[in-house]
Amino acid sequence: MVAHSITGIKTEAGDASRLAARGVTVGYGARTVIDDLHVAIPPGVITTIIGPNGCGKSTLLRTLSRLLKPAKGTVVLDGEDIAGLRTRDVAKKLGLLPQSPVAPEGLTVSDLVARGRHPHQSWLRQWSSDDAAVVERALAMTGVSDLAERPVDTLSGGQRQRVWISLTLAQGTDLLLLDEPTTFLDLAHAIDVLDLVNDLHESGCTVVMVLHDLNLATRYSDNLVVMRQGSVLAQGHPRDVITTELLHEAFGLRAKVIDDPVGDRPLVVPIGRTHVQLAQPATKS
Amino acid sequence: MIGTDVKPSVAPGVRLGGVSFVWRPWLAFVTCLLAAAAFLVFCLSIGVGDFPIGLPRVIATILGRGEHVDEFVVMDLRMPRALAGLVVGIALGVSGAITQSIARNPLASPDTLGITWGAGAVAVFGVTVSGGAAAAAVDSVGLSAAALAGGLCTGLLVYFLAWRRGIDGFRLILIGISVSAVMEAITTWLLATADIRDVAQAQAWLVGSLDNRSWDEVRVALWGTLVLLAVVTCVAFQFKPMHLGDDIAAGLGVRYSAVRAVLLLCAVLLAGLAVSAAGPVAFVALVAPQVAMRLARCPTPPMTASGLVGALLLTGSDLVARTALPVSVPVGVVTAAIGGPFLVHLLVRANRR
Repeated sequence: MVAHSITGIKTEAGDASRLAARGVTVGYGARTVIDDLHVAIPPGVITTIIGPNGCGKSTLLRTLSRLLKPAKGTVVLDGEDIAGLRTRDVAKKLGLLPQSPVAPEGLTVSDLVARGRHPHQSWLRQWSSDDAAVVERALAMTGVSDLAERPVDTLSGGQRQRVWISLTLAQGTDLLLLDEPTTFLDLAHAIDVLDLVNDLHESGCTVVMVLHDLNLATRYSDNLVVMRQGSVLAQGHPRDVITTELLHEAFGLRAKVIDDPVGDRPLVVPIGRTHVQLAQPATKS
Repeated sequence: MIGTDVKPSVAPGVRLGGVSFVWRPWLAFVTCLLAAAAFLVFCLSIGVGDFPIGLPRVIATILGRGEHVDEFVVMDLRMPRALAGLVVGIALGVSGAITQSIARNPLASPDTLGITWGAGAVAVFGVTVSGGAAAAAVDSVGLSAAALAGGLCTGLLVYFLAWRRGIDGFRLILIGISVSAVMEAITTWLLATADIRDVAQAQAWLVGSLDNRSWDEVRVALWGTLVLLAVVTCVAFQFKPMHLGDDIAAGLGVRYSAVRAVLLLCAVLLAGLAVSAAGPVAFVALVAPQVAMRLARCPTPPMTASGLVGALLLTGSDLVARTALPVSVPVGVVTAAIGGPFLVHLLVRANRR
């Protein structure tokens, strides 16, 4: 993988972001989902977008990846307005994994991952030895080399998600946008996929993802973007961002924030209406 | 990490000068076999008739080394019909492969997307209604061109009705079936109210037939199909990632709306040309891509192989209709009778495996 590209560090505004949304307003038809939103994605870290259902997380990710065109404002990729770039050139810089993609029945893992080379191919040059080498590396990095000849539809959910991430890697970009990569996975497989995402980050990728699970988001990201009703409520390191006040403001959730016993991050312990004895320890002592 | 020591089996590439592509031996083998079979049936169909000509003489004549007598029978009398079968079959097969790939659903074919019945309704209108501006318009351009226009307009109507911030396969098929039903109803109404002699002529057109083709009729279909196939070949590379869905395709740098619009227009025109040349031949566009997929062991309909299966099915059915059956039956009846059971056979065999 290409790592540590310096091109993205210097943007005209001087902010060190690979990807930024500047005053974007996005909607479907007459309905506005995101209103005048500003966000900058710092290079070389994992940024996770969190927020309640319907707050516009996926819409923001789709806007950042140029799948949606904002009605107002611009998305800036490595210093250039993304709307002015060719789709193909965007695909050479930015890899996107949409929410729960579906492969045609019978398509093998290696054929699926090979499609990731598309932005680098042309009508005449449809498959080169470079392509083969990159695809083999992408398969190996995601640990699915053994499954290369299996049809994708015969794999388990966790394996399948690894294969889709492998496709995004074969694209050869160091900027990855993942829309809920752990949906429909049990906790063990979710951790497995997020460890893989962390490996990619350590190999030099900038990752932006949307996650539902607050504790996984806290554990696996260095930068959280908390959204509510189409705007950014807070952004920063999980240690600075995750507080009881913020959780209440963003999600309307009563929760306790404690130290993660196995990590150096905060841990969110939600307080529901049942099975709770120690919700307010102060009153007991 | 798991399995890094095992060398993954990525498909091997082939390089010829500046051109490189993925080498798929089985697909190449099946495609060559289908092409050979289609050519053989094409030659057989030319040889059969009141004045039988042996296979070697047919091939020699096609290559321009035949005798003078054969030349007249082969090139002037029988070639148009055989060529029409080949061209219509290829057009229907490729058209079906495109619509099924775009809708990501095997039910999507020119028949279910309204193109066939749209063309049929206009053609029946041309045959049965006389007088009035519309009938005069149909008369002036000819029945074939009118049918082509009918298919094109219905296909575009279905596309625009189905378009809602993108194209959804199910929505496209549901609207296609609804519009088809309306066109079918119009056709039935036209037939019910028309003069009995016109009805017989319209009925003969509606089942699909290769009888009495002239060079003039075949030439339009042939050149039209060749031009459209060239366009499809150019766009096919951009279409490859679209089998994985619009979002993935967009992420891989494909302007999928434009690619889909061009390909769907090609599919509609191919089907329209086929219908205008041979009438609405049933089932070829639906069954050919599915058969090609299973023969070539591809997860998605292979374009070239689908066209060849269509050609083989149509020319083969025409041959059977003319020789093996005691009464002369329109080719559309035989394509359904042969294609249907063969697809069922392939599906059942796949289930048992």
